[in-house]
Order: sequence, then C-alpha cells, then structure tokens
Amino acid sequence: MTGYTEKIREIAARLLTEGKVDRVIGFRKGTVPMMNQPHYVTSPAMAGELIWDSHCGLNLANYVTDRKERIGIVAKGCDSRNLVTHIIENKIKRDQLVIIGVPCTGMVDRSKVCALVEGEITSVEESDDAITVSGNGFSKTIAKTDVLRENCAVCTHRNPVIHDEMVGEPVAEQTGVDAYASVKKVEALSPEEKWNYFEDLISTCIRCYACRNACPLCYCPTCFVDESRPQWVGKSQDPIDVRTFHLLRAYHCAGRCTDCGACETACPMGIKVREFTKKLNKDCFELYGWEAGLTLDKRPPLDVYKTDDPDDFIR
Amino acid sequence: MKLIKIDKKSLKEGIDKLKRTYGVFGPVREKDEFEFKALGAAEMPDFSFSNTRMSPKAIVYPQTQLMFTYSLNDADDDCRILKEVPMDERPRAVIGIRPCDALAFPLVRRNFDTPEYQDTFWVKAYEATTFVGLACNVPCGTCFCTSAGTSPFGKEGLDVLLVEDGDDLFAEALTPKGEALLETAGWTAEAGGGAEEKITALAATANEQISSTVAFDNIKNREILELYNAPFWEEEGFSCINCGTCTYVCPTCWCFDIQDETYGKSGVRMRNWDTCMSPLFTLHASGHNPRTKKVERVRQRFMHKLKYYVDKYDNGIQCVGCGRCVRLCPVNIDIRSICNKMNNFDSEACKCETASS
Ligand code: SF4
Ligand code: SF4
Ligand code: SF4
Ligand code: SF4
Repeated sequence: MTGYTEKIREIAARLLTEGKVDRVIGFRKGTVPMMNQPHYVTSPAMAGELIWDSHCGLNLANYVTDRKERIGIVAKGCDSRNLVTHIIENKIKRDQLVIIGVPCTGMVDRSKVCALVEGEITSVEESDDAITVSGNGFSKTIAKTDVLRENCAVCTHRNPVIHDEMVGEPVAEQTGVDAYASVKKVEALSPEEKWNYFEDLISTCIRCYACRNACPLCYCPTCFVDESRPQWVGKSQDPIDVRTFHLLRAYHCAGRCTDCGACETACPMGIKVREFTKKLNKDCFELYGWEAGLTLDKRPPLDVYKTDDPDDFIR
Repeated sequence: MKLIKIDKKSLKEGIDKLKRTYGVFGPVREKDEFEFKALGAAEMPDFSFSNTRMSPKAIVYPQTQLMFTYSLNDADDDCRILKEVPMDERPRAVIGIRPCDALAFPLVRRNFDTPEYQDTFWVKAYEATTFVGLACNVPCGTCFCTSAGTSPFGKEGLDVLLVEDGDDLFAEALTPKGEALLETAGWTAEAGGGAEEKITALAATANEQISSTVAFDNIKNREILELYNAPFWEEEGFSCINCGTCTYVCPTCWCFDIQDETYGKSGVRMRNWDTCMSPLFTLHASGHNPRTKKVERVRQRFMHKLKYYVDKYDNGIQCVGCGRCVRLCPVNIDIRSICNKMNNFDSEACKCETASS
C-alpha cells in the first residue's frame, strides 16, 4: 500500500491538468491520529493534499450523490461497489466519474488499536502490514490483521469492481473467510437471548444518525425518522423509537448494503450497527445469490420481480 | 485557601455518606468507555479516566425530558390542561467533573437563566446540583481549555475542586455548597503544609502539557456578514455528514425541540436535544426551510459558537475546549482549525485573489 498516496496525487493532478474532471474526491490527513477527512481538490496544485493509509474507512461514494460535475473519485473495493449501486439507482452517471481504484488490504478499527495500549496515542506510522502507535512513554507495533475493522476482516472484494485508473496492482482476495460468521452466532440464539443481544447492542445509541448519514445508500431527501408530517417515529430516547430507527434503517439497505462498514466506523458510541445489515446481506446471498454492487448489469433483488423468486417463506 | 486532604482509601466511606443526602453521579467505565452515571449503592466513581465520552450535561439537561402530561378525554376535569411533570429536586452531587465541563454549566446558564426568562426545568436541576471537580493532571492532545476560558485546574463552575496526588486527594471548597458537601462526607482533615505548593506545581505541569490552542481575538471585530460569506465554508463543510454527534456530545450545545406524543386519549409534552445539523431543525410549519444546504448548517454551528455567542454575551466563545467534537466527529471536522480560520480570515486578501485570478 505504500506508494498509493503518490500515485493518487499523480493521477489527480493529471486528471485536473487535462481537464478530464472538475474535482477529485479523496482523503486528506486528519488532525487527530487515525482519522482522515473526506476532501476534494480542484486544481493540480492541490493534489498534494490527498493521502491514503489504513484510516480511510469512510465511504467516498457518499460524497457524489446527485452531484452535477465531472468527478475523479478515489475508491477502494467497497466504495467502488457503492458507486455501482449509485449508478444503478441514478444517483450519479457513470460518464461523470473517473474512478481511481485502490486495491485495499483493509482499514483499521481505531477503537481496537486504542484498546491495545495504555495512554493516549499521539502519533501513528504505517508500513505495508503493520502500524506503529506511540504516545507518552510507549511505542507499539501492531500487525494490521489484528486490528482490522470487522467488515474488512471478512471482505472478499478488496479490489475495485469498476475503475478507470488503478493506483497499484490488484491485491490477493481473501479466501476461506466466513463472511457471515457473526450472523450465524446471533441466529443460533434463542428469541429471548436475541432480544437481549440487540437491546444491549443499541443501549447507548444517542440517535445522532451518523450511521445513517455516513452511508451512501441513505440519500432519501427526508428520512422517515425526520419526517414530521406525518411523524412516523417518535424523536425521544424511548427504546421503541430507537429500535424502530435501527430496524428500518437496516431494512432500507436490504440487498443494497455492500458491508463497507462506514456506518460502524462513523458511530461515536461504538455501536456495531452492521449486526443488523449483515443479516439482511446473508439473506440476500442465500435467497438470491446476491451481493450488492458487483455488477452494473443487474438490479438489486428487492428492486425486481422474477417468477422464480424464492417464496418458500410465504405460507 | 483552606485545603482538605482525603486519603483515597477513605473515599468510599465519604461517598457512602454523601449517598444518604445526595443523588451521587460519577464517571464509570461502561463497554470500554467512561460515562457519568448515577452511582448505585455499591458503585464508586472511577477516576482513571481522562474524560467521559458524553459530556455530563445530561445530569442537568437530559436528552429526553418529560415536561407535561395531558388528557384529551372530555370526561376528565383537567381535559386539555397541561400538568407539569414533578421533577426530582433532591440534592445531587457530581463527583469528578472535569474543569472544562464544569465551566459549561455557567456558560449554558446564560441561555437558560436570564432576568427575563428562566427555564425552570434546567434551573431547578442546576440549583440542586453540587459540582465536585477533578483537576486534570494529564490533559489530552485534543484539550484546548486554556484558550477557551478555563484550565486543567480551573475552578469556575465548581463547588469543590479535587486534586489527585498519589494516594491522596486534596479538596478545596469553593462555595458554601461545596463546604456543605465536604462536611456531609466527613472530609474535614486539613491538608497541612506544602499542599498548596504541590497543587501549584501539578497545575503548572498540567498547563504545560496543553498542546493545542485556538485564537478568536479578531473574530469579535469582524462583520458578521464578512465571516458568513467567507469562501472557506464550502471546503471546510464538504466532509460533514450532518449527523448530531458534535452537538450531542458537546457540553455547551443547548438546543432542544419540543414534541407532543399522544397515546389514545392522553399524552406527554417533552423536549429532546436537537441539533442545528439536522434540516428539521429549521423547518418551518409553512414547509419553508431557511437552511436547506449542508454547508449552511455547518456554518451555523460555528458561527453560533464562535461569533453570534461572542457578540451577544461578550464572554468568550460558546466552547470550553473539551475536545469531544474533535475526537468524535466521524469525518474529522475540527473546531480548532475552523476557529483559527475564522480568526485569521482576511476578506480583503481574499477579494484580491479572486479579482486577480
Ligand atoms: S449500511 Fe453500513 S455497511 Fe452497508 S452500505 Fe451503508 S454504510 Fe456501508
Ligand atoms: S451513529 Fe451510533 S449513536 Fe448515532 S444513531 Fe447510529 S447507532 Fe446510534
Ligand atoms: S461536524 Fe462532524 S459531528 Fe458535526 S454534524 Fe458534521 S459530521 Fe457530524
Ligand atoms: S464545541 Fe467541541 S470542544 Fe467545544 S465544548 Fe463543544 S464538544 Fe467541547
């Protein structure tokens, strides 16, 4: 992955110099360790502001929704799948985009790193497969594989599925991972245990909606939770309303979610909101053999009707 | 300055005594993070935190607060009459609040308790509370309290300041409320010689460790529209996803939304924290929304905290430098950079650039 930053800058500068795009969307270095900021550059001179490392966990497809300009966009595997979904759902046109593909080896979960050290991390260095964090009186090198985000640990689409440029050679896809292991664990619980599991999962939710807003799929002009006439959901901390938000958010992503993990990365309370969407991803895979965002040629299963759609669940 | 010494081993005894008189709140570790919670009979505040993830504002100003109940049943005598929900007005004590968060209470009071208007819900809860601060011996990299009106050993907003020194705590009562609390806890042993010097030394070390600052000295003199129309909002606001994180975690954000919820023939009127980042925040009943664009909402948050508040109250910025929004914003929008941008903004230079390009 070393060298991606230079390559991204080079491509961005070229695209802007040649006038192929009006802006390039990527990440710039954050102001706190292990954080980067979605950012755009509009001139070759600004290209040097772009960077790439293992802290680019947000999904940049979220930043092209309904935009009108020609955009160069830096996209790792999952971002590219959300671009596919966006194109299918008419949220952006393919010919508006120059996709700068990034073969990805996974993004790091900041909270996992913080849990491994005592004290505040003030600086972070990165090599191909390890990160070194240091602070007052400590320095620790951690294998990246030990601190990957959970979605990255089970990702089997690390290489961009569509791209116009590539910043490096494709990486080997992971094999032998069970993408749905976490769902199976929950499926094995009794109804009561499941209830308790999810109650505990969302018990600290503050309804800030960072999970929803970080997700490229959530582009409704007015979300059902924000609708006030009629008001579908209460706006307080009443647990019924909090649950309603989580369940409906997940269902609105059914068959569209790419498991990019942006929702989970964004949550300030560390809530594993993918536990909801992941179950629906599994259902879509088992019922329709479907994984979202892999092809421009097919619409998501819940968008279409086929006479041979599975219907065993209808009794 | 009268200083009390508390042996940490006897802390529990004192806190147990306090629990008989006060509802006691303190930092506790929950799922790897610290939060302020009402302490159960066996629970103790855990001082091994740097600061809590959420601010302690909810102790006085909960995210959801029931204000009134009502009946819509014509057969009831009090049909359609709002009845105030009784508040818990018993004394409460917050043990271990950091100086930045403590300063946030007098700051927010400027809004909730004015000569013209008193928000009785907030005022009653505030007045019932005794604030026992815990000085920050080791501030973190995102703290900028020293340029936001207080410091790691700051006293404003506190009734007692505790300072940790190895196995001991020094306590200084700062108000009669604080004296009463120390008395109730049985913390009365005078610290004796050298304590004051120790505290001064610890405070100096802590101050030196503050590594980030903001400057806002120029902001006051700038025209509102000059900052409002500044070109940097577009770029700085680009990454914002308009979630409620920054405002909900902030000890100084005070906005709320009043909602009625009716179930059949009865209902409640409540208020919930609201956030200027949400389009709904400014949606008028007519359907018109004066802030439809994301960048307008981002600008509002910073203009309110760093310009409108400054102009209105002439008492610093509406930020105490706790750094929560900096640490928790999912897309790394950093109030420190924005504040410095607003402070250094030169509209003349900016015009020249546009003119020449
Ligand atoms: S629901 Fe979460 S994991 Fe799925 S696409 Fe949206 S942000 Fe990505
Ligand atoms: S981001 Fe986290 S806290 Fe915010 S609404 Fe989503 S789950 Fe709740
Ligand atoms: S500044 Fe950050 S925390 Fe605040 S609304 Fe924007 S994205 Fe959310
Ligand atoms: S604006 Fe940010 S740093 Fe300032 S008081 Fe609020 S959360 Fe803390």
